[in-house]
Amino acid sequence: MSEPGTVVELPPAATPGAAPGGASGGLAHNALWQLTRARVLSFLREPEVAFWVFAFPVLMALALGIAFRSSGTPRSRIGVEEGPGADSVAAALSRSADLEVLRLSPADAEAALRRGKVAVLVRATAGGSPTLVSDPTRPESRLAQLATADALERAAGRVDVARPRLQSVVRPGSRYIDYLIPGLIGLNLLGTGMWGIGFAIANWRQQRLLRRLIATPMRRSDFLLALLLARLLWLVLEVGIILAFGALVFGTAVRGSWLAFVLVTLIGTLTFSAIGLLVAVRARSIEAVSGLMNVVQLPMWLLSGTFFSSERFPAVIQPLVQALPLTLVNNSLRAIMNESAGLATVAPAAALLAAWGLASFFAALKWFRWD
Amino acid sequence: MPELSQQSPGAGPALACRGLVKRFPKVLAVDRLDLEVRAGECFGLLGPNGAGKTTTIEILEGLNTPDAGEVNVLGQAWGRGDGSDRALRERLGIQLQEAKFQDKLSVIETVELFRSFYRRGPDPEDVIKSVQLEEKRESWVGKLSGGQRQRLSLAVALVNEPDLLFLDEPTTGLDPQSRRQLWELIAAFRSRGGTILLTTHYMEEAERLCDRVAIMDHGHVLALDTPAALIATLGADHVVEFAVDGALDLAPVERLPGVSQARREADDFALIVREPHVSIPALLAELDRQGVGLKRLATHHATLEDVFVYLTGRTLRDE
Repeated sequence: MSEPGTVVELPPAATPGAAPGGASGGLAHNALWQLTRARVLSFLREPEVAFWVFAFPVLMALALGIAFRSSGTPRSRIGVEEGPGADSVAAALSRSADLEVLRLSPADAEAALRRGKVAVLVRATAGGSPTLVSDPTRPESRLAQLATADALERAAGRVDVARPRLQSVVRPGSRYIDYLIPGLIGLNLLGTGMWGIGFAIANWRQQRLLRRLIATPMRRSDFLLALLLARLLWLVLEVGIILAFGALVFGTAVRGSWLAFVLVTLIGTLTFSAIGLLVAVRARSIEAVSGLMNVVQLPMWLLSGTFFSSERFPAVIQPLVQALPLTLVNNSLRAIMNESAGLATVAPAAALLAAWGLASFFAALKWFRWD
Repeated sequence: MPELSQQSPGAGPALACRGLVKRFPKVLAVDRLDLEVRAGECFGLLGPNGAGKTTTIEILEGLNTPDAGEVNVLGQAWGRGDGSDRALRERLGIQLQEAKFQDKLSVIETVELFRSFYRRGPDPEDVIKSVQLEEKRESWVGKLSGGQRQRLSLAVALVNEPDLLFLDEPTTGLDPQSRRQLWELIAAFRSRGGTILLTTHYMEEAERLCDRVAIMDHGHVLALDTPAALIATLGADHVVEFAVDGALDLAPVERLPGVSQARREADDFALIVREPHVSIPALLAELDRQGVGLKRLATHHATLEDVFVYLTGRTLRDE
């Protein structure tokens, strides 16, 4: 206080923990600690948020993991339309281990085929060969059609000559749940980055809390750093819960480098946080920021291969699809968890991901408004 | 709580601004405003909503930049770019209009959070005690009543034992009891030697708390003085309000003994008088002479509200 003759400071009252005139020691007087603590506490006290971050991915994994579980050999379901000769055809087909046979009245048969209840419809004709009806654009129809034809040929007396020996292997890491778990982790990192940072900032701006904060000597870097620290704490929790759930219930695992796994989730979290920050640089209301967050998230929800492979999209848009931050996270985590990839394999994707994060962060700093 | 700070005799103003202008796209919010707040006084900006009070106080707080004009707060200007803003903020207490704290944090957590931004200041527990929120110490902010929230907001503004306290509409929307409670807290800060700048549109609040008041409208100051001196500009201490059931000619009423001003407000009339016991009988006689009946008559001591009406022809409440 160097202004000449303006204020004479009297010694403050006994203030435990406050070192007079200097930086105070102890966590309680550390702004970064207090800001981080406030962020974590108010997050933990929102049950809805905790549900979306922690419970939702687990429930999702459970539902999809059960729906698409691969138990035993899959059998094709085929329908035999009632009519003359139907009995003998059905009996022949039932002997095949690959087929599950349903007897259908002519009235139901077409509908069953159309709805995908049966993959192939067999129509017996008195005396002649049966007709196989199927939709060739359905992948399961082709398989069912071949198995049906094969069973009918054998029943008619075909003798197999080549008799190749069949060997079965089930590779760990190739089931649908193995595909799904890394995608759920990626999706969660995206969601918490957007909500935990973007939504929170817009909300505080709307409530004029940001303005109240900059009316204090608080360091703005402390504020941003606290948001990130809180974010990293949840990262450990949310990724930990999904990983542990996958491992205990479905036997999924991280087969590659743990270092690479930690690095990719870390960079992914920071990048999604930076994107969340960028989305909220100016938004004055939670409605505005919610709309922006959807605009940013929707392409990644659709294209980034969380629930099915992004390779299915046309080649024209593949460069875009492959460059999306969520695609980078998902594919890297899959490579690490399921294909035993190490740091070197995922390094290019991690670098591109980091570039997204840095670009978003500096753009956010440039345009950020406190009020 | 201890004495906060003492002003040396002959020190400069705690707060001053000259030629302040702030233009928004559709309105000139602050129009060449000059103010000077002395150290140790409680200074009030009184005016209707939209008078430019909040814009003015936020410029003085360094949260808004003026389009023109100079600001000097505790001897320094904002935005010198040498880190002096932070040093200045260490010495200011600020309460923003309509600023909310996080609903899911408790009172003590909120005060501790803000305490951590300052290098010096009292213990958070003592601050909470000083605004009488000990019983709500563990309550979440979202569960507090309006009055409790305003007291928390005051506690947060006092968490660094500021030399200068800014309060923007500190009691708006509160019930009379909560309002009186806040007035006591503000008066206590003032009596410890703190300087206060507050905005309000309650004339009673300005009269009760402020050493000096600036009456603002449309971005500039209409009048500035102590509440008593402002009321004295009316030329008399009492106001007689009445309504009649016919057409009244106001000119002879204005010339009645003891009447310093007469004014028509829609169907009502108001006289500013020195001695009601002289003027009222004369008024009744005049009404008789004009042949109009008296429907209602009331008197009160002149207030800042009457000064505002006299200056603008409008009431504070109308806005």
